Amino acid sequence: MRRSGWLNVLLLVLVVAGALSVVTSQHKARKLYLAMQQEKEHARQMEVEWGQLQLEQSTWAAPARVESIATARLQMRLPQKEQVRFIRVETVGKVGHP
Amino acid sequence: MNYTASEADQSAAKLPGWRASLLFALILLALAGLLVRAFYLQGIHDEFLQEKGNQRYSRVVEVSAHRGMLTDRNGEPLAVSTPVESVWASPSVIKMGDLKDAKMDEQQLVKLAQLLSMRVSEVHDRLADTTRDFVYLKRQLPPDQASEVSGLNLAGISLKREYRRYYPAGEEIAQTLGFTGQDDNGQEGLELALQGDLAGKPGSQRVIKDRRGHMVEDAGSLQPPKPGADIMLSLDLRVQHLAYRELKLAVQKNKAKAGAVVVLDARSGEVLALANYPSYNPNNRAQLTPEQMRNRAVADMFEPGSTMKPFTVATALETGKVKPDTVINTENGVLTIANKKIHDTHPEPFLTVAQVIQKSSNVGASKIALSLEPSVLWQTFSDAGFGAHTGSNFPGEAIGMLRDAHTWKPIEQATMSYGHGISVNLLQLTRAYTAFAGDGDIKPVSLVKLDAPAVGKRVFSEKTVGEMRAMLESVVLPGGTAPMAQIAGYRVAGKTGTAHKLEGHHYSNRYVASFVGFAPVSKPRVIVAVMIDEPEGGQYYGGLVAAPVFSQIAGETLRMYNVPNDAPLDNVIVPPTDADSSREEV
Repeated sequence: MRRSGWLNVLLLVLVVAGALSVVTSQHKARKLYLAMQQEKEHARQMEVEWGQLQLEQSTWAAPARVESIATARLQMRLPQKEQVRFIRVETVGKVGHP
Repeated sequence: MNYTASEADQSAAKLPGWRASLLFALILLALAGLLVRAFYLQGIHDEFLQEKGNQRYSRVVEVSAHRGMLTDRNGEPLAVSTPVESVWASPSVIKMGDLKDAKMDEQQLVKLAQLLSMRVSEVHDRLADTTRDFVYLKRQLPPDQASEVSGLNLAGISLKREYRRYYPAGEEIAQTLGFTGQDDNGQEGLELALQGDLAGKPGSQRVIKDRRGHMVEDAGSLQPPKPGADIMLSLDLRVQHLAYRELKLAVQKNKAKAGAVVVLDARSGEVLALANYPSYNPNNRAQLTPEQMRNRAVADMFEPGSTMKPFTVATALETGKVKPDTVINTENGVLTIANKKIHDTHPEPFLTVAQVIQKSSNVGASKIALSLEPSVLWQTFSDAGFGAHTGSNFPGEAIGMLRDAHTWKPIEQATMSYGHGISVNLLQLTRAYTAFAGDGDIKPVSLVKLDAPAVGKRVFSEKTVGEMRAMLESVVLPGGTAPMAQIAGYRVAGKTGTAHKLEGHHYSNRYVASFVGFAPVSKPRVIVAVMIDEPEGGQYYGGLVAAPVFSQIAGETLRMYNVPNDAPLDNVIVPPTDADSSREEV
């Protein structure tokens, strides 16, 4: 009688401890899930921003814009044919027209 | 001892035994009833309660999947979807109508109107009809602006996420890419053709939410979202820009109605550029006419004119009937077939086959065509891809018209040899020239970047191709019809075309000027086709209107791709200023 009484108490303690650990791990799981959701949302936002940055980059680097700045503001132009010299790789040292 | 009491106790105990049993049975029955009910609720009719229970905390949320991106062959974005927010209101909640229990005061209203950049009266009007539950206040607001609206924390004002597609290259490539509608589904052009791959499939997920609406647990994914695939097109944004810029200049300079340019990679059959003018800005489609929207290079048929002659001549070379130096009697420029006269602009008594191409003689081409069996000529035209899809899968492609050889009359066979009585689209015509730019194979064209060059179908032998290239090169040299197509540092081959436009059943005095060519001749890299519709700036010959556009586009493209020169830089021979030789029969 005495022995089984102690056993009961021990089991009771174990059950209570088990129940509490279920509660805490459930709580932890939810917290982690929440954190994961936030990270996912963050990742989504980053993706959106990436798309927007790509758009911005391609708008700034549009050939038409580069061209107009090069010709108008930087006064760049294609070289005249007299200004072009070709260097042939296979005949080392020989420089001149092709 | 008190017997009386004891007696009374005994008599009470002797109450009928059935009462106890009855009570016991009733209790058992009630218990059994409860058990059955419990079993019924738990085991048989459990779905209803389960559902009711789930409704308290479990929600199915939609997981959005965005539309894939379109990029050019170097990864430059051409079409990108980015989320925007639409602001909607529920007037029945806000009750702006009678101000007594309105949920929004004047100050908030002004603030909201400010954020939406709308007039206060306008916002007020939208909210006036309190019987409505849903009304859009402003669609497609940028995310940062939208977050300020939600920051106001107004009852009855909500946001709805939508996607908007942006086209950074704008008008330069508008007709080729097409566009998507409000719901981000492709409606035109490649957006429509590639809809299946680009569109994302939204998924759904079952989650458990807490009292404050936070998701606290994933209760299983019902359907995972499938984001749309990013697709790399064969187009090169830089070449596209060149093509559009030069085309626009040419159309404006020649006061033309419209124009189109196709640039093909001669080695793989990929489309590097597909430009149309007039164009539109796909990011702002408020005033859009079908005229601007049409991709003329693919959706429009036209009679190609003299750009067909090389196929007639190549067929004759292939059958061995003629050689490049065979002399043809060109009848001093007039040939009469069945009471119809065929004219040449530069009448000559005799021309060699090579000169027929160089000077673009209709009489010569007709004579060569008439020496061939109709079915043989038809086979070449058909193999060259006329009257059939190009393989580009572009929506609304006009496949043109190539009539069955049995129905050809001699006059028709003659006019078809120089590109009348047959209609093609510009992409088909460009594609046909892959035979001369390659080693005799007609390659399928592709608007999507290929991993390996497409395998073509052999139409001409290498010997014929070699002879044709020499003839086509003579076209751009002095004495040919297109000296303006020359490029400094590169050898060029091509053919001009100038055709009367067919209106109803009669040829009008309006023209289509065209030039199709490739460069460098020693190892062709690009094929460029230019079509100018109804030039009215005084000039209408392909050699004067379209050839210079070819020269600009092909020249700059080759320089950009660092293609080794195959001619000295001073190779361009300036033709006489009157440019009489550029005229060809139309």
